[in-house]
Amino acid sequence: MKKYFIATFDNEFDLKEATVEYRENKLKIMDAFTPYAVHGLDEAMGLKPSRLTKLCFLFGFTGFILALVGQYWISAVNWPINIGGKPWNSLPAFLPVIFEVTVLFAGLGTVFSLLVISRLRPGKVPKQFSTRVTDDHFLMVLSDKKGVLNEKLAESISIKHNALKWKLEGESE
Amino acid sequence: MLVKGKKNMAENIITIRENLVGGNKTLSKVTDDVLGVMERKPTKLWWFGFIIALTALGTGFIAVVYQVRTGIGTWGLNKTVGWAFDITNFVFWVGIGHAGTLISAILFLFRQKWRTSINRSAEAMTIFAVMCAGIFPLIHMGRPWLAHWALPYPNFRGPLWVNFRSPLAWDVFAISTYLIISAVFWYIGMIPDLATVRDRVTNKFKKFIFNFLSLGWDGSSRTWHRYETVYGLLAGLATPLVVSVHTIVSFDFATSSIPGWHTTTFPPYFVSGAVFSGFAMVLTLMLIARKTLKLEDYITRKHVDNMTKVIILTGGIVTLSYATEFFMAWYSGNGYEQFVFINRALGPFAWAYWIMLSINLIVPQFFWFKKLRRNLIIVFILSLFINVGMWFERFVIIVTSLHRDFLPSSWAMYKPSIIEIGTLVGSFGLFFTLFLLFIRFMPMISIGEIKSVLHYKGSHGGKK
Repeated sequence: MKKYFIATFDNEFDLKEATVEYRENKLKIMDAFTPYAVHGLDEAMGLKPSRLTKLCFLFGFTGFILALVGQYWISAVNWPINIGGKPWNSLPAFLPVIFEVTVLFAGLGTVFSLLVISRLRPGKVPKQFSTRVTDDHFLMVLSDKKGVLNEKLAESISIKHNALKWKLEGESE
Repeated sequence: MLVKGKKNMAENIITIRENLVGGNKTLSKVTDDVLGVMERKPTKLWWFGFIIALTALGTGFIAVVYQVRTGIGTWGLNKTVGWAFDITNFVFWVGIGHAGTLISAILFLFRQKWRTSINRSAEAMTIFAVMCAGIFPLIHMGRPWLAHWALPYPNFRGPLWVNFRSPLAWDVFAISTYLIISAVFWYIGMIPDLATVRDRVTNKFKKFIFNFLSLGWDGSSRTWHRYETVYGLLAGLATPLVVSVHTIVSFDFATSSIPGWHTTTFPPYFVSGAVFSGFAMVLTLMLIARKTLKLEDYITRKHVDNMTKVIILTGGIVTLSYATEFFMAWYSGNGYEQFVFINRALGPFAWAYWIMLSINLIVPQFFWFKKLRRNLIIVFILSLFINVGMWFERFVIIVTSLHRDFLPSSWAMYKPSIIEIGTLVGSFGLFFTLFLLFIRFMPMISIGEIKSVLHYKGSHGGKK
């Protein structure tokens, strides 16, 4: 049986301050749910910078190599055609396509990675603690994973930071 | 005394700063306001616009079917003027698209918070404009069902690959990459708002559709964290992309040896012209949307004000380009180049040249005056003028450079046929039909982003 402590706030400032305090008191944060990207919440929660930037570079680099080698192979190896006496390997003329393919690969690859890592896919029905998260509520969900959930402590911190409401929810596995 | 004065000034700055969103909105009020547009029955004004747009689209459809069945001979082209109306429309529409990416990506990187109310619809405009642009080269192929031959893929025709040294092949890559990345950027930006719609609608069918489209978004801060990273990366990718697209479009001309086209100023000239015309179109659309959908609190006078200032800047660059072209023609000492420019201003197409010059040079100057910037009717009319002026710029560049050949016996004139005009009307029909459907069925303002800047003024004024 998993246990969740769910506190609801009505603004980002209370949520951020409460988050800092939950963490200071060694309460395990499962996740926070917000209607928009709250700046500073990632730091408050101690989230590391996303590694998607590195993936983006890798995808872009793949596109770069593919376009460079591909154009060379097509124009100079597989079927060389004399066009206005230009050299088989017209590298400067290949740059625009190299650039476009790099951007295309980097963009699509990054978005695809985001969907995979965040487990987003068409038609998925999300498990929501409250549907008002996509409207005007800010949720903080604490879990008892790896330890005991100190409800009393969580409650007092929530009250201190003007939580609208809080509740304990169980989920059988 | 001095210190006191300084303090007063600081206070004044804080009070002068306008809120990005008018009215005292709460978070749920923003949701209600934006989604209310989708939930209400469309206004009469919307239906009026939609029927006109649909009629134009129908006209274009007939014209396209006719010319594809009959052939490109239905156009007014001849041996000398082999490129005219369709490429003018192509460049015009691609240019329109550029403002959308500028607002969504470049202003995002510059942390211009005012972009939040208009970026979604400007991005939609980009996608629709690029779709309109794509139609023209497709038709010009004559056999649009063989359009895939423009892509490099293993085939049994040799294998016959595309010529990567040709700017037209670059164009295929640039435009399709631009369309794909813009569409992805737009859709990714819309996912959180689609989830808001999902959690709000009661209709089972709508719930299914929006559940499908929102990809199971739950507002998790871990996802938001990654999402923000990806959004920033896409903005960073889209910024050089948008510059590259019109640069490559300008290469279609600049890499040729036609006097009037063969110049190195073309890339910056085209890019600034694209932003100039695109912002005029954004203004046209936003002023319509603002009025018909009653979104005055979101698309405020400040937005209009900022956009007109961008128009002043880009209009200035365009005018400078006109002057540079003339100067370079004279300075180059090249007789052919000089002839083309004198012929532009005084030749048979002088009327088009002077329409272009008078509009693009004079109209932006009105925006220096705050009184005129604040009068939305005047801004609307001026934005329409710029759209016309920039269409003529492309027409002038393309047709006047071609109609006087190196060989005087080949000199010819160009007049668009009714089929070509019908196609242009149809492209406007497609553009406005899609845009009107978009503002009706999708959240046209980025709810999530608006909510995040709701307290923008407050956070700068020291109040939380």
